[in-house]
Amino acid sequence: MLKDITLGQYYPTDSVIHKLDPRVKLLWTLLFIVSLFAFSGISCYIAVTLVLAGLIRISKVPLKFMMKGLRAIFILLLITVIFNLLLTPGTEAFRIWKISVTWEGIRTAAYMAIRLVYLILGSSLMTLTTTPNDLTDGMEKGLRFLKVFHVPVHEIAMMMSIALRFIPILMEETDKIMKAQMARGAEFEEGGLIKKAKGLIPLLVPLFISAFRRANDLAMAMEARGYHGGEGRTKLRPLKYQRRDHIAYLLMLLYIAVMILIRISAPVEHLLGLV
Amino acid sequence: MSIEIENLNYTYSAGTVFEVLALKDISLTIPDGQFVGIIGHTGSGKSTLVQHLNGLLRATSGDIRVNGESIYSEGYNMKALRSKVGLVFQYPEYQLFETDVFTDVCFGPKNQGLSRKDAEKRAREAMDAVGLDETYDRVSPFELSGGQKRRAAIAGILAMEPEVLVLDEPTAGLDPKGRDDILDMLDGLHRDRGMTIILVSHSMEDVAKYADRIIVINEGSILMDDVPSGVFARSEEIEAVGLAAPQVSYIMRTLRERGWETGRNVTTIEEAKEEILKALQNKEEHKC
Repeated sequence: MLKDITLGQYYPTDSVIHKLDPRVKLLWTLLFIVSLFAFSGISCYIAVTLVLAGLIRISKVPLKFMMKGLRAIFILLLITVIFNLLLTPGTEAFRIWKISVTWEGIRTAAYMAIRLVYLILGSSLMTLTTTPNDLTDGMEKGLRFLKVFHVPVHEIAMMMSIALRFIPILMEETDKIMKAQMARGAEFEEGGLIKKAKGLIPLLVPLFISAFRRANDLAMAMEARGYHGGEGRTKLRPLKYQRRDHIAYLLMLLYIAVMILIRISAPVEHLLGLV
Repeated sequence: MSIEIENLNYTYSAGTVFEVLALKDISLTIPDGQFVGIIGHTGSGKSTLVQHLNGLLRATSGDIRVNGESIYSEGYNMKALRSKVGLVFQYPEYQLFETDVFTDVCFGPKNQGLSRKDAEKRAREAMDAVGLDETYDRVSPFELSGGQKRRAAIAGILAMEPEVLVLDEPTAGLDPKGRDDILDMLDGLHRDRGMTIILVSHSMEDVAKYADRIIVINEGSILMDDVPSGVFARSEEIEAVGLAAPQVSYIMRTLRERGWETGRNVTTIEEAKEEILKALQNKEEHKC
């Protein structure tokens, strides 16, 4: 049940995307997300869908595995859709009792849904194809310029990598604690909201205690090995751009150019006579 | 209460690259009142197996029958099953959460729907059974020592009055004294109450002294299923899968190799002592 959350979980295959430099993937993901919000319209979404489908295919990560990440945002998605559907003014499409649904509402709701789903799929694609270590390495190196503004880049990256590293551990632990309490007759899925919330106490108390204990042990182990922050620290495997990384950057520029072109020409809209 | 396991298979993360076949075609019957030791190396599947016994994990294929009724049949009451088959996990830290030990032990019986009075009565009995007297009632479970935490965790399950008690590595991380105390206590429960006990361990020493029967699991399948002396007689095979027979059985083997006339079916230090004394006496007599 808890294994359904895929965000922050690495899925090993031998695809080209897995081998890419994490900095490339980070920038790609960022630009992809920006493009989702910057370019709207049917033509753009068709193009984005094709690109995303292609990337997922290349990554060799099963679609079923990627879709699992969507379950976590299902409620958020539902709320967004409902709000957009009901609260957008415009020409009325149909009416149920006193609530009117507008054409504009339907369009905004659909666009928001597409954006949210693709946002999760896009970022899951990155986390599923990049190990947490690579991810933070990439972030650390990519954001090095922020040091000029006294941003503790290394420390932030280290905190992130530890946090990411702990997600699967804590998941597993949650699973074990749940089982241990279920063996004592605890119920986690039954009853109303208050009963459910109360039922979480036997789960959360051991989980917090264990998290603190682990954090303590980890800090001790790091200090024992002489960790003293980022100053003068070298990398075991320094990041270095390969040919495929340059190609990926070129493809990224191409992607933006094509998206701008599609946005301006809007071929599908013209075809459907919407403009 | 008898438990029958038939052709049980279990696969972790089925359908992904993380797929692991954890249990392969396990079949066994555990009759009422037996003390069973399940031995296996880390990752052999022994913990996975016992989590099937109270329905925490659902077999990929195969069947488990408790008192002749399949636990996978429609509408089977899993909650009732968990009251009958009590499972104590390896780390007591996973289950202790209340502000004091007594309230924590009450958690199980309360979940069974007992009244406060009955739950408290059962909790008191369970704590007595594991050797935690009233002075521990109001102590925070997090202030207890490792061995005491184990006791508190076992009491938490005992208070539910299960017919079968399953313990996953109850002695891991304990000092020799703490280990013996826990094992003696389990032996007491077995003998005095006729409780069925299933003890999971990676240490032969733990189970050699108490178990009526030892099941050795290796890479998800049953390698041996026999009385202790029968299992230890095959010490080479046990070593081949990364386990060790009890130390005394090695001493006895060395003695035999040096021409001492000692018995073969020795599994505990007590038996070894008697055998060695007997052999010494024989030697004396021969000399005279």
